[in-house]
Amino acid sequence: MKLLRMKPGHGEIVLAEGDVAVPEQERELIEAFRRELDAGMWAAVPTRAPSGRREAELVKSFAEVPRDAERVIFFPRAAGGAPPASG
Amino acid sequence: MGLALGTAAVVLVVLLWELARPTLKRALARSHELWAARRRGNAPLGYDPGRERRAEQRARALLRSCVTERDWEMYRDLGFLRVWGGLGDRGRGSGAAYAYLIYPHKPIVAYMPQTGELLNEYCVAFPDHSKPYGSSRLPDSDDVLAKWMALTADERRLVGEANMHLPGRQVDPDRVRRDIVRLRRWEQRLSADPASPASGRGGSSGWDPDNIRAA
Repeated sequence: MKLLRMKPGHGEIVLAEGDVAVPEQERELIEAFRRELDAGMWAAVPTRAPSGRREAELVKSFAEVPRDAERVIFFPRAAGGAPPASG
Repeated sequence: MGLALGTAAVVLVVLLWELARPTLKRALARSHELWAARRRGNAPLGYDPGRERRAEQRARALLRSCVTERDWEMYRDLGFLRVWGGLGDRGRGSGAAYAYLIYPHKPIVAYMPQTGELLNEYCVAFPDHSKPYGSSRLPDSDDVLAKWMALTADERRLVGEANMHLPGRQVDPDRVRRDIVRLRRWEQRLSADPASPASGRGGSSGWDPDNIRAA
């Protein structure tokens, strides 16, 4: 599983990578996950339905991440009322 | 004579030093601040088109890996993504009662696929306040992907976070109508092209672009 974070001026960066079946690596993933959530990020898991439909699932804790998920993508939380020029 | 000239030269140097000292002190202090900021990693870096281009390339690759091939082609060819609305009684999909157009760094526009009528603008942003390169703005395709993920994961929440306005507040309604027409024609072309990997999948909405009307 990879934890990715969107970053201005860079694109995504890999925060952590590991096998959730390996306790030590899972611990590192959980710590990185919590750090991002504490920093105010939203976490999403891209999913693919058997029909081929692609969607995402917002998760609020590592326990909600499907064990077979390949990636969790962190991105800044949504904020309304952006400046008129940027929307 | 020599003594007088030497004295005058010394006085001149001292005077010039006194005059220049405040300016030099300010310049030195500014240099020190910049150097310290650079060491902390939050220097006010200038715009680097190469860095921005690489960031956008990474963002496009990430977006492509998350959406269907058809949606990727839509974004690549048209510059926006269409996401079907999921809160209506018809459910999400090509028969949905409404849909959204996602533009990079512009409000999300809701519209009726059957008529082309524009419904609302949802102004939402994903500012990264850590400003790693002096800007809180995600690359264009990351902004689109963030909207897509938030919308497909929890449409009600994203709409709740956004500021809702009538069409035309920030996005030119005529442009959106033209984009809806472009999308329809694009989908018709795809449907007619059996070689396209995206052909024949959820393309038809039964909407006639010639019947488009003002919101």
